[in-house]
Amino acid sequence: MSVPAAAGAARHRRRHVLDLDDFSAQEIDEILETAVSMKEVLGRAIKQVPTLRGKTIVNMFFEESTRTRISFELAGKALSANVVNFTARGSSVEKGESLIDTVRTLQALGADMLVMRHSESGAPYLVAQHFHGSVINAGDGRHAHPTQALLDLFTVRQRLGRIEGLKVVIVGDILHSRVARSDLWGFTRMGALVTLCAPQTLIGPEAFWKATWPDLTITSNLDECVRDADVIMTLRLQKERMEAGLLPSLREYTRFFAITAERVARAAPHCLVMHPGPMNEGVEIMPDVAVSAQSVIEEQVANGVAVRMALLYRLSGE
Amino acid sequence: MGEKQILDADDIRRAMTRIAHEIVERNAGVRDVALVGVRRRGVPLALRLAAALEEIEGVRVPVGILDITLYRDDLGIRGPAPVVHATDIPFDINGRTVVLVDDVLYTGRTVRAALDALTDFGRPARIQLAVLIDRGHRELPIRADFVGKNVPTSRDERIATRLHEVDGGVDGVFIVRVSESTTE
Repeated sequence: MSVPAAAGAARHRRRHVLDLDDFSAQEIDEILETAVSMKEVLGRAIKQVPTLRGKTIVNMFFEESTRTRISFELAGKALSANVVNFTARGSSVEKGESLIDTVRTLQALGADMLVMRHSESGAPYLVAQHFHGSVINAGDGRHAHPTQALLDLFTVRQRLGRIEGLKVVIVGDILHSRVARSDLWGFTRMGALVTLCAPQTLIGPEAFWKATWPDLTITSNLDECVRDADVIMTLRLQKERMEAGLLPSLREYTRFFAITAERVARAAPHCLVMHPGPMNEGVEIMPDVAVSAQSVIEEQVANGVAVRMALLYRLSGE
Repeated sequence: MGEKQILDADDIRRAMTRIAHEIVERNAGVRDVALVGVRRRGVPLALRLAAALEEIEGVRVPVGILDITLYRDDLGIRGPAPVVHATDIPFDINGRTVVLVDDVLYTGRTVRAALDALTDFGRPARIQLAVLIDRGHRELPIRADFVGKNVPTSRDERIATRLHEVDGGVDGVFIVRVSESTTE
């Protein structure tokens, strides 16, 4: 029989997915292409293929999450893997077991892949040093959320057919957002023109961003920067930012930085409205915009399963 | 690395026409027959068979595309996970006679994977297998219903099928001698 992808043998084998900073455009492209096939699997009557039969994936969530954990769980199960959910609450972590000890225990129990969310930036990097299998970062502190960025890229490409050359505006609490950081890596690597828009206090010094992404546009004027945008991605505003003194008031934030129908109307006619969730409707996004025809927020969630399947599959080669 | 041609474009065309006649004869027509090509080179062959069947019977049978990558049993043995391509079976296979089409039948593992994949889409009344080349060396109890040409080979040979839809140029089937054994 023909070898379906002889080119596959020459490809680099990746062991971990910790952030998108070390992904080439070609690798991202291959993952997005694989996700198209995975989406087809999810559309079948039998939404399961035997690809990862006999593999064990542990979802290790040290921080609360609904969509990401369930999305990974469904992705693993759609590929026929054994999926085990581990939460810090009720585990030996409460008795003082260290992160490395936990990882060693999971390894001894036969885990092949760890999907990890942790409130400390860098925790998955530490785990990757002590685990023989693959580690996927499902969000670490303020640092990175690579699978969210990949599903964002996938959603945009499915809807608009390309990423290169698109004007993407990311609005909100950039400074504390792991999603924004991974999206930046992903969208810029795929050739999009990214604008970050936030109050000065939620974005930090411009020089910091420009050092890594010299072509980035940084602004506090949302009305101006949404003009002709192809994608507007808004981020969740954590209310404690106001208590920390970074915002004068939520009302003021909403007035200048919320995604409203008027602002979307200034963007390109095909402009997509995105949000990684969970949303504060009426704060960073207006309820009518969240459910408008241009909103792809639910699609992002649905696409997350296909994209995570693509990643799990890709990491499963020897 | 030597290369010997065993079929040229005319041979392939004649083989496809003959297989089309055999499909008609075996199934007493093409009512309820559908073709599913196994990616990659099974797909253009399935389309050619459909055209031949249309010429014979005046009926266009539906053609689907099957990618078996997610059903392979050697993931983790052969290096990085191979690229997954789209599967597209835009018709109901329940109760139909599905003819799986591929270019080369070798160990039988691809066909086993294709059978698994196909049955995830429904329950065909029967599944038949059409291949352009049967080169032997079966590792599973699988046999083709329709064969373009039986080509006895050694394990250190490889069959290279070139079809203009996939590879460009002129159609042809070649035996390629490779120094180390390959699995296909």
